[in-house]
Amino acid sequence: MKIDCDIDIHHLPRVEGHGNIRISIKDGKLAEATWEVVETPRFFEMMVRGMSAERVPFLTSRICGICSISHSLASIRALERAMEITPPETARIIRLLAMHGETLQSHALHLFFLAAPDFLDAPSAVPIMHSHPEIVRAGLMLKELGNELSIATTGRATHPVSLVLGGVSKAPSKHRLKELREMILKRRPFLDKTTEFFRTLSLPEFIRETEFISLRNGTDYPFIGGDLVSTDGVVRDENDYLQMTNEYTVEFSTSKFTKVSRQSSAAGALARFNNNSGLLGSQARKVAASFGLEPLCHNPFMNNIAQLVECHHIFESAESLIDRLLDDDLREIRFPYTPRAGAATGAVEAPRGVLYHHMETDSEGKVVKADCIIPTTQNNANIHYDLHALAEQALKEGKTEKETEKLCVMLVRSYDPCISCSVH
Amino acid sequence: MNHLGFKIDKVKIGSFDFTCCEGCQLQLANRESTLPDFLGLLDIRNFREISSERHDDYDIALVEGSITRSDEIERLRKIRTQARVLVAFGSCACFGGVNSLKNRIPPGEAIREVYGDKAVETMPSMKISDIVPVDFMIPGCPVSKEEVERIVIGVITRSPVSLPKYPVCVDCKQRLNTCLFDLGEVCLGPISRAGCDAVCPSGKTPCLGCRGPAEDINFPSFVQLVKDKGLSPDEMREKLAFYNGFAEYPDHEN
Repeated sequence: MKIDCDIDIHHLPRVEGHGNIRISIKDGKLAEATWEVVETPRFFEMMVRGMSAERVPFLTSRICGICSISHSLASIRALERAMEITPPETARIIRLLAMHGETLQSHALHLFFLAAPDFLDAPSAVPIMHSHPEIVRAGLMLKELGNELSIATTGRATHPVSLVLGGVSKAPSKHRLKELREMILKRRPFLDKTTEFFRTLSLPEFIRETEFISLRNGTDYPFIGGDLVSTDGVVRDENDYLQMTNEYTVEFSTSKFTKVSRQSSAAGALARFNNNSGLLGSQARKVAASFGLEPLCHNPFMNNIAQLVECHHIFESAESLIDRLLDDDLREIRFPYTPRAGAATGAVEAPRGVLYHHMETDSEGKVVKADCIIPTTQNNANIHYDLHALAEQALKEGKTEKETEKLCVMLVRSYDPCISCSVH
Repeated sequence: MNHLGFKIDKVKIGSFDFTCCEGCQLQLANRESTLPDFLGLLDIRNFREISSERHDDYDIALVEGSITRSDEIERLRKIRTQARVLVAFGSCACFGGVNSLKNRIPPGEAIREVYGDKAVETMPSMKISDIVPVDFMIPGCPVSKEEVERIVIGVITRSPVSLPKYPVCVDCKQRLNTCLFDLGEVCLGPISRAGCDAVCPSGKTPCLGCRGPAEDINFPSFVQLVKDKGLSPDEMREKLAFYNGFAEYPDHEN
């Protein structure tokens, strides 16, 4: 690389939201490597103040256009725990299936539309539609299946309509569930095609050891609720989320940074895998092994593969959830509740990692205080320090400015950041 | 591309986001079964969320989000100079959207609460037409992809484009739903613009008016309906304020 170089990427494309990358090399030494989030803040935590609890999930889902189901369910879980509401078991399964749909949709969007173009040297998925039509088709088939699961369980692909406090307001019909089951079986070949495609790509070699944070419940691969755990051995109760985040502000970013036992930590598919790989379905475990993905994996680029592995898990798990719903009369889906004062945390595994909503209600069921901590917020510090280490490594390996820039943007994209979400 | 032997020119399009969740832009990548055909109609010149190619020669600009910071005003004005047709895309762009809920809180207090002593710039949420002229509005939270497809095809084929003038209730009745007022809920269906296929009441949750008011609504009669049904005026106010689409109907404050 040249002795002096400045990489300055303003509003990094193919990520959700607005972030900048700045790398500066002076006299052959790395002078600066910064991950700068410049998204405009929206102040959701203030907007929900004074709002009736039943309306709040409809507002907080608008924090994110990609993981709106996760936000809705994080608020619902926090408010149900705060007001001591237990939803019916049928509703619990429907919600879980909704999370499966959202995760599949989000992972397919990231893998094909945001990440894949880098590996094929294309500016977007549009030219890939012509050069590799069967690959893009496979991606669209997976994404559509994810959306169909979300539409059937929540009424809409983005911003769910039937996820409510006390359960769900409408259950999918048996006919629809049978269609979905059929669709999962029919689309498996597209998942296999995707897996073969990713096998042909070579992921950059890069390791910076970090601490991976996720939920863990001991029985199932985590989606909704559980203990907060880290690969450094930290275990906390769901309500103690603040000790698992320790948010702080930095000058150059409108999104906060977090840390637990080290300088930084990571959340997301790779973190879930590193903490819960034994709870994956058998096919997902096989696919992970075939990619050489095993815990603890410290290569952030492998987050792409962990997402692919989770798609396999979702195929297996969604099928069994649908079977349980088909055996159910689907009548008991919503319990009435009496508003009361309380406070609790709702933690869910959004596609990009563990998401916390903490809610406090008054005796009339109005929200008096709210706090939301987003997965990307928990990844910002890790991205920032990774960029530093990756630029150092590229410098040592004598990479050109262009090669270094490409590695850096691929690194940030591999975290699948959801920036507008992180500056809620 | 060709249609029945006629050559159809692709439309040069740019998609931009301001203060928002980017969910409306994401809808453009939904309805996967028609996506390759839909994209075949577009020459995407600038769409940061999905492409690293950026050009400034677009004819149509889809603008998502509301405006809450001074640098956004500058960026929006540049887009307006370039675009022949500027479309306010989604409820935040059309009305200020859910972001407007923060306008009730003094900005200093909001910043102190969320960021402590860190200096952060924010202004009250503004809709796109508060800053620049808007040629067409596609409301919705999120927008309906079907409606977007219909409008884009209309523009390309030089056909007139319009939104439904009637309220959500019309679509809701066609779907044979039980009226939410009969289930004891305040639903904004009678006064909100249709075009969403009544997706919320069909999922048994009340309409919150994300598409703004239908044309020629009888607002006082709606307020009376809520009263007659013995439902909570506070609940009605909370719902009317949700997307800021009914800001021009101040009567509900009484």
